[in-house]
Amino acid sequence: MPLNEKTGEFTPKIVAFCCNWCSYAGADLAGSSRLAYPAEVKIIRVPCSCRVNPMFILRAFEKGADGVILCGCHPGDCHYSTGNYYARRRMTLLFSMLDYIGVEKGRTRVEWVSAAEGVKFSTTMNEFAAKIHELGPNVRLEDLRCKN
Amino acid sequence: MQRIGVFVCHCGSNIAATVDVKKVVEMAAREPGVVHAEDYQYMCSEAGQAKIAAAIAEKKLTGIVVCSCSPRMHEATFRKCAERAGLNPYMVEIANIREHCSWIHKNMEEATEKAVILARAAIAKVNLNAPLKPGESRVTKRALVIGGGIAGIQSALDIADAGYEVDIVEKTPSIGGRMAQLDKTFPTLDCSACILTPKMVEAAAHEKINIYTYSEVEKISGFVGDFTVDIRKKARSIDANKCTGCGACQEKCPSKKSLSEFNRGLNTRSAIYTPFAQAIPNVPVIDREACIKFKTGKCGICSKVCAAGAVDYEQKDEIFTEKYGAIVVATGFDTIKLDKYDEYAYNQSKDVITSLELERVMNAAGPTKGHLERLSDGKHPEHIVFVQCVGSRCSDERGKPYCSKICCMYTAKHAMLIRDKYPDVKVTVFYIDVRTPGKNFDEFYRRAVEEYGVNYIKGQVGKVAPQPDGSLLVQASDLLDNKQIKMKADMVVLATAIEPDPSVRPLATMLTASIDTNNFLTEAHPKLRPVESPTAGIFLSGVCQGPKDIPETVAQAGAAAVKAIGLLAKDKLTTNPCTAKADELLCNGCSTCANVCPYGAISYEVKLINDHGVREDRRIAVVNNALCQGCGACTVACPSGAMDLQGFSNRQIIAEVDAICR
Repeated sequence: MPLNEKTGEFTPKIVAFCCNWCSYAGADLAGSSRLAYPAEVKIIRVPCSCRVNPMFILRAFEKGADGVILCGCHPGDCHYSTGNYYARRRMTLLFSMLDYIGVEKGRTRVEWVSAAEGVKFSTTMNEFAAKIHELGPNVRLEDLRCKN
Repeated sequence: MQRIGVFVCHCGSNIAATVDVKKVVEMAAREPGVVHAEDYQYMCSEAGQAKIAAAIAEKKLTGIVVCSCSPRMHEATFRKCAERAGLNPYMVEIANIREHCSWIHKNMEEATEKAVILARAAIAKVNLNAPLKPGESRVTKRALVIGGGIAGIQSALDIADAGYEVDIVEKTPSIGGRMAQLDKTFPTLDCSACILTPKMVEAAAHEKINIYTYSEVEKISGFVGDFTVDIRKKARSIDANKCTGCGACQEKCPSKKSLSEFNRGLNTRSAIYTPFAQAIPNVPVIDREACIKFKTGKCGICSKVCAAGAVDYEQKDEIFTEKYGAIVVATGFDTIKLDKYDEYAYNQSKDVITSLELERVMNAAGPTKGHLERLSDGKHPEHIVFVQCVGSRCSDERGKPYCSKICCMYTAKHAMLIRDKYPDVKVTVFYIDVRTPGKNFDEFYRRAVEEYGVNYIKGQVGKVAPQPDGSLLVQASDLLDNKQIKMKADMVVLATAIEPDPSVRPLATMLTASIDTNNFLTEAHPKLRPVESPTAGIFLSGVCQGPKDIPETVAQAGAAAVKAIGLLAKDKLTTNPCTAKADELLCNGCSTCANVCPYGAISYEVKLINDHGVREDRRIAVVNNALCQGCGACTVACPSGAMDLQGFSNRQIIAEVDAICR
């Protein structure tokens, strides 16, 4: 369980996949506008939300992530025209499967953030981190794993 | 095994104030593959880049990680630096420890820990990077300008003057745009038509410019340097080659009840019409919804009176396809709808008008022939009230959150012109703030107050109530005297917020250009690349990017043109090498990848494959690198895991995930 060594508090690991054209730029805008969100959120840049293989998300949870969020361009605004539609379908399936095996729906999220939505990026990350704090460490999947 | 160098930037105090850079250097040095780690004040400076180059040479680095600002800012800088030092530019990764770390966190310990993790992820990724070589693509030396207002005309003229072919596509029957509707322009009070029409004529006469009016962009495909665009030329019902522009058809047309778009619906026009006298081309259009011939099959008067025999009721929309290297978007603006602003009685009273409607009223070619009169009864007004910020700087969903920028100045212009021509008319302006930044702008506003005696009141208008005697009762607050005011007015003019023309939304989707929450097109960088879209090859001209006045629009149109010329001047472009690639041993030729590819970049060929000693002919996916844009849709769709994206491979992304979750 990821507990802070000094305070003993729960510090979750949150992975955010952001598409290069909209959400990563939105995160940059949140940065240059100094709109804070928790340091627990770490961003991985991908060209498009459709580049995110469900395998990456499973890997994150396997390696101890407490939450994974995928951000892309708004539907209809994808830089590659249709990428985010694929991402949306894939994640709908993946997230319901994850919920079934014990990774609660709250630990996964898809959000559309445009390059101009620094505020939305920051708000989304604050909300998502708060939700993960509320859910606590991702122990259920850990229990399912073979631990010696 | 890679030999990796890590370079941590202080960015002055931008990073160093919240992130302990020394700690990041220390922790990065412990990561696998790292043989060199250092920090410097400004890595992007010449001295910083020299440090990187020196380390690449001395330590024989095979990959570098720069922990600095966003890759969207300086990835290209550091790639070029690596290339000059003899390292493949795609062996560079950026850890964004400024926008994604130091600027948003206050606690130094937390921020440092996060910076270390971000650096770790980048190191893990670069360990798996492979040198990539960009390809080349051709540039079609022709530009498309979408929108024929002053922005589009200026961009087209500048590109054409540089020697390139330009097509202007304009959806209305004439070029000219909003500027053609204006009477005078601030702060010099030039007659708008007098400075615009010569430019319209110049564009029409230019041998390198083709103008397609009454036409719309239907479909756009391709990419920078090589766009393919379908343009729909709507049926004008007139043969433009035969028409002499005599105007007899419009005079004799019996259907004269359609509202004139050009005069903002203040008067009517015939069904066959040119929007205004100086229209270019001077060829009318038949409005088929209003035309009696089209509605009932009877009439045909225009055809009978046309000596040139130019009327063609059978004409059909024509779609043609053209190739372009660059696209300039100049779609302009419209004023917002005032349906939700009942308090101003815009829909109840004819004497409550928008400022753009007032432009038409004041114009000699307008519905009142330039006489200032009430539209309800034609009477000369004694008192006119102007209301500022109608829908601008608005916190609720009825209006727009931004400042429309031009209203303060045009209201001062209107007030001044009215007082100048009709000294008997009293003018009152209600404002929130008067904003006059610009050359000679404040002087202009002060003249309105001091020389022309315009009564400016700081306050908001709460209600405009039409009275039984035909006048309007304006209720407002005076914020400086802190009291409520009621005054009678004969006309109320609303400085209505401007918004991007609605056509920009579907257009942005076709262009895959990003758009903000107010439907303004987003620029590639708000300060350093203000006239380029993040989508390569798309340039922004005029109000489609944000509110601006005419001089700013013209300046931006010129800047957009220069950027487009810079692109068209190149014979070849280097293409992004981060493209998809199929593993021939894993691919089973199922076609799943080709089905999801938005660019048609994947084809199949039968190839002799040596699969661990077994030689056989197999159907294999082949990616066309010139077409592939590197989205990665195919990599996830591939059921056999054969497809991967170079530069963002499965292993690279998983390495990043592992480094973050470690």
